[in-house]
Amino acid sequence: MSPIVELKDVRKSFGELEVLKGVTFEVNRGEVAAIIGQSGSGKSTALRCMDRLETIQGGSMLICGHELHDDDIDLKSLRRDVGIVFQSYNLFPHLTVAENIMLAPRMVKGMKQRQAREIADTVIAKVGLREKMDCYPEQLSGGQQQRVAIARSLAMEPKLMLFDEVTSALDPQLTGEVLRVMEQLAADGMTMILVTHEMAFARKVADRVIYMRDGKVHEMGSSDILRMPATPELAAFVAESAEH
Amino acid sequence: MNSAYILSLLQGLWATVVLSLLTFLFGGIAGFIVALARISRNWAISRGAAAYIEIMQGLPLLVLMGLCFYGPSILGYDSLSPLTAATFALTLYSSAYLGEIWRGCIQAVAKPQWEAAECLGLTRWQRMRAVILPQALRIAIPPTVGFLVQIVKNTSIASLVVGYAELSYNAKIINNATFEPFLYFGIAALMYFAICYPLSVQSRALERKLNVANR
Repeated sequence: MSPIVELKDVRKSFGELEVLKGVTFEVNRGEVAAIIGQSGSGKSTALRCMDRLETIQGGSMLICGHELHDDDIDLKSLRRDVGIVFQSYNLFPHLTVAENIMLAPRMVKGMKQRQAREIADTVIAKVGLREKMDCYPEQLSGGQQQRVAIARSLAMEPKLMLFDEVTSALDPQLTGEVLRVMEQLAADGMTMILVTHEMAFARKVADRVIYMRDGKVHEMGSSDILRMPATPELAAFVAESAEH
Repeated sequence: MNSAYILSLLQGLWATVVLSLLTFLFGGIAGFIVALARISRNWAISRGAAAYIEIMQGLPLLVLMGLCFYGPSILGYDSLSPLTAATFALTLYSSAYLGEIWRGCIQAVAKPQWEAAECLGLTRWQRMRAVILPQALRIAIPPTVGFLVQIVKNTSIASLVVGYAELSYNAKIINNATFEPFLYFGIAALMYFAICYPLSVQSRALERKLNVANR
């Protein structure tokens, strides 16, 4: 199986502060990879680099066949291949759910209203919010907004989905509904990389767990490493997370 | 009170409305361009727009009117008509203020909105048109209407420089003939108020409405 995501010695600094100090890992097609680690370990930055919201300064990064360290990268085609969901949902507040979902298929792919609507109907069913199509984001709960954000990304039929702490802003009871949607996506064979604090979810769904510490991959392996960590740091991190 | 004088004031009122509307139109278009230039990623365009705003905001409107009215003939061109010169000066003046107000409104739309639209693959202009401007518009309405009220009142400066026969100008002329300043300037004041007050009320109402929508 060929890797769809390949990071080699990726480096990234914000001014003086080096956030990524040589990150190397791969994710294969159809895999779910969970990136875990303390705040400030660089996990969110690594994820943002994968959609080129941040540019990398060293090493190489291959995402769905796009060389991200290349200055002449075709951003439009990268973003067709990669979907990203944020912690703060970032739905467009002036558009209804349906309009939020149809915007990119219409503007980026040039679809007609009817065709875009069919896609919207399909993806909204996947996240179980068919009855909310004509609502505005403010009328939805946080969990529902996040599910719409996932649907909006799915509408572009990405090959890779990135999730940046998508449940961190949600109450525990709303977290479950979002995680269930993600679990279903994983079961459907979507390649996913998620930065998460949900250890139980990572243990259950992730094929690969990447523990980042101080800008580097400290330990990596199947989800078994959460049960039997090889390094004392991951063991401490897992124990700490279990207390919450 | 003489009905001919009242008629003259009403004509002045009409001239004020015409000048105000022309300023709204051209100042609005120019202001929009200034706002876009101000947030351009091109350094020269953005700095140029900033310099334009600084200069226009640093000049008294009175001086600007004088430059627009007398300037062309000094440079050897045909002089502009009073209405054209006044519209031109007010357009320059209001485009700088509106441009700055609207730049602020555009940048007030949260940055994650830009990012979300960017990640969906929208081009910079598509992001602007479909995501940012509609949200910026909601924020922009109250300060914009507030500024339009100032424009209506500032049209009176046109009478001082270019001799455009608008409301203040006609009130002054009538006063020169009648020596009844309180009466005729009083009526003129009421007429200004009759235009500005509904705008202000409308602005406040919109502000309340949009605040609700803004969550």
